[in-house]
Amino acid sequence: MSVIETRCVGKCYGSTWAVRECTLAIPDGHVAALVGPNGAGKTTLLNLAVGLAAPTAGTVTVLGGKPAGSPAALDGIAFVAQDTPLYENLSVTDMLHLTRNLNRRFDQGYAEARLGELGIPFERKTGELSGGQQAQLALTLALARRPRLLVLDEPMAMLDPLARHDFMATVMAAVADDGVSVVLSSHVLAELERVADYLILLSRGRVQVAGEVDELLARHRVLTGPAAEASRYDERLNVVFTQSGGAQAHLLTRMNGSTDPVPPGWQAHPVGLEELTLAYLREPDASALPGPTRAGDTEPSEVTR
Amino acid sequence: MSALTMPTRSEPEANLRPVPWRNMAWVTWRQHRLTLAGVLALFGAAAMYLLISGLPMHHAYATVAACRPITSGICRQVAVNFLGNYAPGVGYVVGLLHVIPALIGAFAGAPVLAREFETGTFRYTWTQGFGRARWTIAKLTLLAVAVTAAAAAFSVLFTWYYQPLIGAGDDNGPLSPAIFDLRGIAVVAWTLAAFAIGVLAGTLIRRVIPAMFATIAVWAGLAFATGAYLRAHYLAPLLTTNPNVRSPAWVISQWWTRGGKPVTLDTINKTLGAVDVRAITLGVFQPGPATPANFGDPVRYLIAHGYLQLTRYQPTSRYWPFQGIESGWLFALSVLLLGTTVWLVSRRAT
Repeated sequence: MSVIETRCVGKCYGSTWAVRECTLAIPDGHVAALVGPNGAGKTTLLNLAVGLAAPTAGTVTVLGGKPAGSPAALDGIAFVAQDTPLYENLSVTDMLHLTRNLNRRFDQGYAEARLGELGIPFERKTGELSGGQQAQLALTLALARRPRLLVLDEPMAMLDPLARHDFMATVMAAVADDGVSVVLSSHVLAELERVADYLILLSRGRVQVAGEVDELLARHRVLTGPAAEASRYDERLNVVFTQSGGAQAHLLTRMNGSTDPVPPGWQAHPVGLEELTLAYLREPDASALPGPTRAGDTEPSEVTR
Repeated sequence: MSALTMPTRSEPEANLRPVPWRNMAWVTWRQHRLTLAGVLALFGAAAMYLLISGLPMHHAYATVAACRPITSGICRQVAVNFLGNYAPGVGYVVGLLHVIPALIGAFAGAPVLAREFETGTFRYTWTQGFGRARWTIAKLTLLAVAVTAAAAAFSVLFTWYYQPLIGAGDDNGPLSPAIFDLRGIAVVAWTLAAFAIGVLAGTLIRRVIPAMFATIAVWAGLAFATGAYLRAHYLAPLLTTNPNVRSPAWVISQWWTRGGKPVTLDTINKTLGAVDVRAITLGVFQPGPATPANFGDPVRYLIAHGYLQLTRYQPTSRYWPFQGIESGWLFALSVLLLGTTVWLVSRRAT
């Protein structure tokens, strides 16, 4: 089952395409990170998934084929929007009551226990809470709905490092306890490395990289060797990104098989998620897509430059 | 595909029952109780004033109503005195009361959706299980009912308040633009229409303050156009040569003819020059120093000299048909505007 599946989705605002020909299937049971530069279409894609925006072209389904925004879809998805909008003049208690009234399920006990642990005062107006507390409240309200999919749009952008850590701890606890699937967009690559096990990299409204993190990391490596020889391997080695510092060059390469040979005089290193992501962000024309999301492609598509 | 598996849900997906409508009662109350209190305060203040100033007026009117025979000169004088005491003051109040629907539209209607857009909370609310079209329908219905009920209570009170002035034969008959839309069903319809204009303006403009101003502007334009042009033509006006058509009938226009042709002010003044009376307008006459002391009604004088006064008017008997027509199209407009809002909300959010 895919928690979010898009087929040739396009969304345009006026004459600008925010997302274009976007085909994607995020399998369930993952913490999927949606990464991309500003204006890549991350927020638009998430808005499409939660039904806040309707696609200009193509279809978006969620939770195994439910149309995005349909009652069944809304019932199973909890969304925390960017900057965690809450009714500022309502107290925490009122926000709980409000959310309970607007949903079929609401785990009041969970919400109260969670907010109690965090030391968030129930009688205080949400507008008077700190940024970290507001984010935690929004997350708690979302999780108390017992969703099957939690969608978070830039949840950590406004938070200090400690609040980020606490926020992600709450998310990961829900993943462990309830098996909730998570899709989050973020700029904070270092945080993602710890939590994400699925990566979607968006660039200019298109999917550039999609796949399980372990698999992506296993299929990429960094080759370090003499800079003078670097250009020689460009064609043969599926080089995603070349970084030359003095005499040494670092090539991020994508392997066709696990037994790809290392050229003589070069050393291979495993790659980290942050390094991999940055390399693709710097090379928007390179792509690494898994087979199933592309019709007719059984093999992973070649890295192109 | 993954090591984690979803816990299977016991609930069958097919018969997914929606969140009950009644849940929106608390939500609407909690989020709009200040607005509703404001609406209540506005109508309450107006009601207090109407009661406090209306009771002495009704007390004074008892003398007018008790005077018999009604057509006698003394009774006419009592009525004129009563009007002289009360009509001018009431006139100002009535002018002020006209803004109430506009205020309701601006303060209760415009922010409902504009604030959601302005603060971004629509992203929270419209992704809850309730569904955004249902949320909009429920919220707008509840608020519209509240606003309508408040306006209905006000209407009853104002109709009571103004009755003595109509009874005493005030210049403003029940059909006159000054009071027609503050009485009966019309004031309720105008209030609902103002609310609906505000809601749609807020949805289109998405910012509270500009939406409030737009609401007042649109409402004022609509109210003015209706009073000045539209209402007079709900039913074809009657035409009469009877010179005695006046309040409480609604006189729309009056002109003079001679030999079947309309005449100008100059022609009339030539005839009236013989008795040194000057017609300032076709209905207002100014006697001069040479006017004979026993000169009676200039209108009779003109009729005696071959002129004919034509009056186009709406009779008082058309008060309720007119109320029905005006509130009918206003209610239809309100439903259309609120329906458009729901359609816009369900269609586009971002």
